[in-house]
Amino acid sequence: MTNGESKKEQTADVKRVFLESGIEVKSLYTREDALAGNPQLDAELPGQYPFTRGIHPLMYRKRPFTMRQYAGFASPEETNERFHFLIRNGQTGLNVAFDLPTQCGLDSDDPAALGEVGRVGMAVDSLDDFERAFAGIDLSKITVSMTINGSALVLMAMYFALAEKWGYDLSTLRGTAQNDILKEFIGRGTWIFPVDKSVKLVVDTIEYCARNVPRYSPVSVCGYHIRESGANPVQEMAYAFCIAKAYSEETLRRGVPVDEFASRLSYNFDIYGYFFEQIAKFRAGRRLWAKIVREDYGAQKEESCWLRMIAGGGGAGLTKEQPENNIIRTAYFAMVSALSGTQTMALCTYDEAYTIPTEKAAEIALRTMQILTHETGVCDTVDPLGGSYYVETLTNQFETAIREEMAKVDNWGGIVDAIASGKVQEAISQQAYQRECDVQQGRVLKVGLNAFHSDEDRQEISFHPYNQDAADKQLARLAQIRANRNALEVDDALNALRLDAQANKNLMPATIRAVKAYATVGEIIRVLREVYGEYKEPVFFNYA
Amino acid sequence: MKVLLAKPGLDGHDVGVKVLAHALREAGFEVAYTGLRKSIEQIADQAQLLNPDVIGLSILSGSHLILCAKMRDELERRALNIPWIVGGNIPDQDVKPLIELGARCAFPSGTRIEEVIRYFEGMKQSAG
Repeated sequence: MTNGESKKEQTADVKRVFLESGIEVKSLYTREDALAGNPQLDAELPGQYPFTRGIHPLMYRKRPFTMRQYAGFASPEETNERFHFLIRNGQTGLNVAFDLPTQCGLDSDDPAALGEVGRVGMAVDSLDDFERAFAGIDLSKITVSMTINGSALVLMAMYFALAEKWGYDLSTLRGTAQNDILKEFIGRGTWIFPVDKSVKLVVDTIEYCARNVPRYSPVSVCGYHIRESGANPVQEMAYAFCIAKAYSEETLRRGVPVDEFASRLSYNFDIYGYFFEQIAKFRAGRRLWAKIVREDYGAQKEESCWLRMIAGGGGAGLTKEQPENNIIRTAYFAMVSALSGTQTMALCTYDEAYTIPTEKAAEIALRTMQILTHETGVCDTVDPLGGSYYVETLTNQFETAIREEMAKVDNWGGIVDAIASGKVQEAISQQAYQRECDVQQGRVLKVGLNAFHSDEDRQEISFHPYNQDAADKQLARLAQIRANRNALEVDDALNALRLDAQANKNLMPATIRAVKAYATVGEIIRVLREVYGEYKEPVFFNYA
Repeated sequence: MKVLLAKPGLDGHDVGVKVLAHALREAGFEVAYTGLRKSIEQIADQAQLLNPDVIGLSILSGSHLILCAKMRDELERRALNIPWIVGGNIPDQDVKPLIELGARCAFPSGTRIEEVIRYFEGMKQSAG
């Protein structure tokens, strides 16, 4: 066989393959491919700029990724019990999930909160709820991670107020808040104020933390929910970086040096999708973010350039049909996460698509990560796929693709305008529809859903019954707090907050003062709503 | 035929309702969508304003029984005789109570789009 013939054989009968990001996959990669996009390939080392291979020199050899589970507890008392349990068992971190009224800035007695109090997480109305949730806990020994966005200013203020009241030094206080409002307009939906005002509030928290609570991580930028809403992996990274840049540039404009806040920003990304594409996504993202922070913002400190992340979840890759298959899927996702050099890993449970996770399912998710860590050897050496012709080539292609997607957003007038006008949401929702059509018409195969399925695959959807007693207790306590607090002090604090908002000052100090006076989440948000107005969703569907 | 899709309650899951909006539009229906976190009163306002042939509620928070009871009361109070259906995370045991509250039909998440469209087509035919 001549050379020409073998080449013909390679190209003629092989069907073309495209990744979700649109990158075409060749049937074979060589060293030339990998070097073509990155002549520095052989010089790249973990722990060294631009950190393609990892942010630390030894990565998991020194300490494996943190395994984290998202969980919600309905009341401050249950949260408190859980904290004490974890601390007795040597754990030092806990995620706190909040109920929807708290996330949307509503008090438990708001008519819109009916049936939602404590349903998907802890109900918080006033500082009193935090005092009970953290009773007997040494705040210097734990880190609290709060999944809160629209009302993050208030919940962070509560945590800081609590720490101050109890005599802790804010300069050593640690913890994290999700607090990424821009992604809420794209997916998840707990926005409250117009887009520009929402960004202002996030930047208030970054600025306040940089100056007063330097070890606290005020923002976790979430590509995750953008991806879950229908974005492809390139868009996931590109939009997340545009969002992080929007917060960063506004913080820089306030005179906070990049090295005083950049290292406290972190990321939350998704892990479902094609295996190698996902791994390349993270490696490229790490390299690109490092370049942005150093080249665009002039960061001097290495830590400022680190893309620290939680790579987890994977919900949109799971199916309600034959749910046990999701255990296998999440095991692959976990492997992606480990091979990507993540700092923290979390997995969706196999039953999450149709019910609140059972304890058994949560345990399997944890065991999946433990098996990966302790039985597969994936943590034995740093960036085991470094040097793979395919992965390195894809990494290079991804970096270019993410940059191109970011340029597109710039052409839309920047991410803040593109979200305010709905351009980003429209593009993603269009894609989500396309994707659903592809699945329903079998162009994208999902095992157990549109291929290899059986008739008995239907899963019963179920919920925890609503705990009316707990909700009633919360309402009673709220009424009690309102009756017992110093009304004059509350009015003064809320007026001061209003004045600061009108004067465009950093609102964290006034919010801390208000929560210390036991002003409620709803009362504080109402003041800001009166000053800022409310976000109006762009309308895509209306009658002609 | 005019469809009004709505998101009552506080949950932010709108991927499904938007996918359905695209699909219905493609199938030739006129579609309006309210956006997230509308109160039942706001949805009824929209219905009075737009005069749709059917209202579709998308609820994934688990609050469907509470919200649909409100829906029934609000439509009755305004004497609005517009058929409405509900979709989302609906457990089997809640389908009957939802129908008793006045929903024409309840589609649990995971229902195929074409099934929902077929249902709407059927409504169109029986109306026209």
